[in-house]
Amino acid sequence: METLVEFFTFEYPNIKYVVFGTILLSISSAVVGCFTFIKKKSLVGDVVSHAVLPGICISFLASGSKDPFLLIIGAFISGWISIVVMDAIIRNTKIKEDAATGLALSVFFGVGILLMTYIQHSGNASQSGLDTFLFGKAAALVGVDLLAFSIIAVIVLIVVFLFYKEFKLVSFDPQFAKVIGLPIRRLEIVLTSITVLAVVTGIQAVGVVLMAAMLITPAAAARFWTNRLSRMLVIASFFGAFAGISGAFISYSTPSMPTGPWMVMILSIIALFSFFFAPGKGIVVNQWRRFKIQRQLLEENLLKAFFKIGEGNNDYFKEIEANDLRLARAFSSGQLNKGLRKLNANGYVERVGSAWRLSKEGHDKGKRITRLHRLWELYLTKYLRIAPDHVHEDADTIEHVITPELESRLEQLLDYPTADPHQSTIPSRH
Amino acid sequence: MIQQVENPALEIHDLTVSYDKKPVLWGVDLTIPKGALCGIIGPNGAGKSTLIKSIMDLIPLNSGYVKLFDQELDDVRKKISYVPQRESVDWDFPASVLDVVLMGRYAQLGLFKRPRKADRDAALSALEMVGMDKYAKRQIAQLSGGQQQRVFLARALTQNADIYFLDEPFAGVDAATEKAIIQILKNLSSEGKTIVVVHHDLQSVETYFNWVILLNLRLVASGPTSDVFTPQLLEETYGGKLTLLSEVGELVKKGGFHAREKQ
Repeated sequence: METLVEFFTFEYPNIKYVVFGTILLSISSAVVGCFTFIKKKSLVGDVVSHAVLPGICISFLASGSKDPFLLIIGAFISGWISIVVMDAIIRNTKIKEDAATGLALSVFFGVGILLMTYIQHSGNASQSGLDTFLFGKAAALVGVDLLAFSIIAVIVLIVVFLFYKEFKLVSFDPQFAKVIGLPIRRLEIVLTSITVLAVVTGIQAVGVVLMAAMLITPAAAARFWTNRLSRMLVIASFFGAFAGISGAFISYSTPSMPTGPWMVMILSIIALFSFFFAPGKGIVVNQWRRFKIQRQLLEENLLKAFFKIGEGNNDYFKEIEANDLRLARAFSSGQLNKGLRKLNANGYVERVGSAWRLSKEGHDKGKRITRLHRLWELYLTKYLRIAPDHVHEDADTIEHVITPELESRLEQLLDYPTADPHQSTIPSRH
Repeated sequence: MIQQVENPALEIHDLTVSYDKKPVLWGVDLTIPKGALCGIIGPNGAGKSTLIKSIMDLIPLNSGYVKLFDQELDDVRKKISYVPQRESVDWDFPASVLDVVLMGRYAQLGLFKRPRKADRDAALSALEMVGMDKYAKRQIAQLSGGQQQRVFLARALTQNADIYFLDEPFAGVDAATEKAIIQILKNLSSEGKTIVVVHHDLQSVETYFNWVILLNLRLVASGPTSDVFTPQLLEETYGGKLTLLSEVGELVKKGGFHAREKQ
């Protein structure tokens, strides 16, 4: 708790800088990542993040200094070259996109590692620290580095803000964009440039290997929560920023915990959570809905069985043994127990010794389901010309779906019938 | 039977186009009068969509040129509206119906500017025209094929163009949608707008269009429906491809030639 207070009151100015920096980097990666994600170019971020390494090394070798601006320029150039090479391979050879992506990534990264190893062994005094690009080191975000990377992150955000509408159209329907006269080539160049820039700044925090996660994970997670691009950008930024703060806090409060990998861990947790729990799309939510439907089907089928037996006995409120229900319909004993308990709890049936009896409400509900079943069977034979011995299965499903409003229309359409195709009585509504 | 007109809305001159180095349209040369409701008819693989795309400068030309209202495409873009094939985009894109229709206004808005109230009004009234105003807030992934096509048409309508190009607007849509779309197109045509539609249902050609282009790798005919839509010309269009032409196309591709020598 003390650490938490200490952290968030920014007692040490260093913390303030690191937190500020990681938030800014995370947001710019997340926003740009949304566009690579919706353009289905998710792997481009991975290629670029690996491909900036040779640029950083060459620019260090050429200048002999670690001036962040020079390194960024080098990184930017080699990141761009990797994209141009990749596109040229796809366009001019038989190699498809997946292979071209793999090729560009590994070749550029290979050259980068080669140069990096050379620099490390050349005994250059100032080389220490260059390898922060490889694995990222958010805690090193201070002074002129922080300034440089923050400026770029802000530029990236401003560009997205200015070109939001155009990027959206180019991502959705590039042909239409071209026909209405948008400069799509230039827009693509701008979009690619800010992608490269976001990557270049992001690798400061998490390194080349984890960078793709910073781009894509917030976007993928945000997509679960909204169907609007504008909101997706905001949600992804929020996820990114949250991961940034949390990562910085964890590495501050626990010794030897790295910031970058923790940011990625937290993003992954957010993505997993979204995957399972997001309303409408999350797996758990869907599963829960399915479970509830299953339960509804079981209960309604049981009430229908009660009603059918009562119909035979000419007494709907006579006690019925659980096993007799299985003669009306094949319930497993587990289903039977669970369903009866639930119906009892809801007041649709009551227990009488070892047997069960319908309540008034249970009778009404069972009657309605039976009625819908028979109405639908009649509808199928009359309007879809399906043979009477083929309609039962279908009606078994549809009886649970029909709303009171559809029920009325069905009744009217069939001219208020009294018997179904099997000459069973269609029970009246009341 | 290729009828040329004076002062046309669309002029295509000696157009040759290749896909993947294989020529798919040979020497197309035609004109369409202003206000025509024109169907491009031909079998699968005849190059109908290719013709529209090359008019829109979406694929490079090997030779020839296209003029709209006697001007270059770049000078009249604001008068042109294009409805691409429905399948050409990903309908899972995070956008609402209104978002997509508003895209038709982007050209008028220009860079950096956000859609204004007036643009929303235009989008909503276009949606009303195609009978989709109730769906403005709907996520586009939830639309049926016919509804998607209506949304694309609404987007085109917001542009207030003078000439409309529609690529297979009736493919995979329900009968009600087809009827609604053709009615809108007929209304536009009666207001003097020119409409060019890629179409391949021969049954409806005579009731839908007043001008017909018959196409099968080359231009077979272009003219008023009553003159062009004849059994002989249809036989010529559909009666087997010109095998010689296809074979020469394959040779051009294999040999790595260009369909036209560069001057």
